[in-house]
Amino acid sequence: MRLVVDLNRCQGYAQCAFLAPDVFAMHGDEGLLYDPEAESAQRERVAQAVAACPVQAILVDEMDMAAAGRAAASGEAPHA
Amino acid sequence: MPDGSLDRLKREGRIVVVGASLAGLRAAETLRDKGFEGTLTMIGDEPYEPYDRPPLSKQVLLGKATAEHTALPRRREIDAEWRLGVPASGLDMAARRVKLADGDEVPYDRLMIATGVRARPWPNEAEAELDGVFVLRTRDDGAGLARRLDAGPKRVLVIGAGFTGSEIASACRERGLEVTVAERGDAPLVGALGGVIGAVAAEMHRENGVDLRTGVMVTRLEGGATGRVRAAHFSDGTTLECDVVVVSLGAQRNTEWLAGSGLGAGPRGIACDAGCRAFDVRGIVTDDVFVAGDVARSPHPLFGYQFLSLEHWGNAVAQAETAAHNMLSESSDRRPHIWVPAFWSSQFGVNIKSVGVPSMGTEIMITQGSRAERRFTGVYGYQGRVIGAVTFDNCRWLQFYEQQIEATAPFPPPFPTVDRRADGQRPIPADFPDPSVPTHGPTITLSGYSPADRRMTFTPAGH
Ligand SMILES: Cc1cc2nc3c(=O)[nH]c(=O)nc-3n(C[C@H](O)[C@H](O)[C@H](O)COP(=O)(O)OP(=O)(O)OC[C@H]3O[C@@H](n4cnc5c(N)ncnc54)[C@H](O)[C@@H]3O)c2cc1C
Ligand code: SF4
Repeated sequence: MRLVVDLNRCQGYAQCAFLAPDVFAMHGDEGLLYDPEAESAQRERVAQAVAACPVQAILVDEMDMAAAGRAAASGEAPHA
Repeated sequence: MPDGSLDRLKREGRIVVVGASLAGLRAAETLRDKGFEGTLTMIGDEPYEPYDRPPLSKQVLLGKATAEHTALPRRREIDAEWRLGVPASGLDMAARRVKLADGDEVPYDRLMIATGVRARPWPNEAEAELDGVFVLRTRDDGAGLARRLDAGPKRVLVIGAGFTGSEIASACRERGLEVTVAERGDAPLVGALGGVIGAVAAEMHRENGVDLRTGVMVTRLEGGATGRVRAAHFSDGTTLECDVVVVSLGAQRNTEWLAGSGLGAGPRGIACDAGCRAFDVRGIVTDDVFVAGDVARSPHPLFGYQFLSLEHWGNAVAQAETAAHNMLSESSDRRPHIWVPAFWSSQFGVNIKSVGVPSMGTEIMITQGSRAERRFTGVYGYQGRVIGAVTFDNCRWLQFYEQQIEATAPFPPPFPTVDRRADGQRPIPADFPDPSVPTHGPTITLSGYSPADRRMTFTPAGH
């Protein structure tokens, strides 16, 4: 599944790294590294990260999101 | 358009997007969001669907993602006709047609140009062709360089210490590779952030084991018998053995394909009004040609209406959305693109972010934290107002200063700030280099008519 983080928005709150550690990882104190094409097995966790990000910085592919179901509904894409 | 032509455009019009990357994709999505039901054609010279570039100098070089896996997520289905792997080669504005290099022509009612920039190549062609010499702009560049770093080169030379060059050096060190950085200016990042911050960046390089050489130029690259790069010669007479060279000397705008079209396009980009409509060579704004992203140059009211040209991810997204909106709107419903510039970079484990236009600043004041700790906020002043801010691992302050910039707040800030240290009591000169002395090239350039503006985009004759 494809994703991108708007790092202008990201405040390094690390919620995503806590919820989906195989996809998001802190790099230094407040930098974020992420896998732009996460395994589909991570879908549920990524959907949780999208919903939990306090600044809605994580954008996941719409088609992937539809597949993730309910969890996606609360975490719409940024700038939509 | 009271005659209903706008409705017709939305229902059955033809929109062509040239440049199938970040700005092109986000524009296409916005067009469909706004109810455009006509034909949408996406033209891109790269054979790939739109992908994201920032990870190329970060995750990809660190080995945490592959260059092939950076395709951009889609916000929605765009139902486009894709013409990938074929460059647009010309534009006939009168006949409203885009010419393709394969001889085809694509007619349009509205055209969106988002052809971005490309890496400035090493000026000596034969040397640039040597095996082991790279630039970093495209997915192919990223994949090739990552493969070469995986092979464990003995020494990497990075030419140019702007954001991209610094990120490459940082990734090399994180992987335990020996790396030398050569920068013509006095410090890394000076063009974008000035000498005060450049000095902090230089310390970061050196503490992390980068062999940083400033105030020096690479004059020649030397290949071995097998055509592989083996050494570099410097202007101070020294020679360095290296088996990978990354040329990171800034970017050139992709506007050559518009030569002779009558559009106001040149080496500095494509000038457009705040509504993203391109100017023709006569200085008259067009009604049907829009531009967005790295290739665009548009006036910004917050910065004296000067033409800003930004190589920023967030600008490409925001400008594309505005251009797409305006493409389908009556003139009274059009919106200006007045995004406050914002940028991030990540190097040596430090998160660097900026807002506004630091390079316009003449003074800087450290308002939070301290440079020695590598955790601070620097605020830039220009003619008595706040014009930009930069943070090193201090990004939560950025939004506050963004508001200050928008409100044209006075500089130096009259309020006492929390966490201000001894070195931040007073504003000091921001120490930007003389604009006539080139560095690798800043990520923001200004141009315009203001007599106060001495800054010019310097295009070195050869390197
Ligand atoms: C390595 C790297 C790291 C970066 N890191 C950051 C960062 O940390 N933060 C940040 O804010 N920004 C960063 N950026 C900048 C960001 O990627 C750009 O601002 C963004 O890609 C601009 O998008 P664009 O669509 O305007 O242009 P581009 O992404 O350059 O896309 C233009 C596309 O048009 C194509 N094209 C050109 N000419 C033609 C033609 N004649 N016909 C058809 N197609 C054509 C090009 O090949 C390209 O695919 C980075 C860029 C790079 C290269
Ligand atoms: S949760 Fe959001 S703000 Fe926090 S690190 Fe992740 S992307 Fe950034």
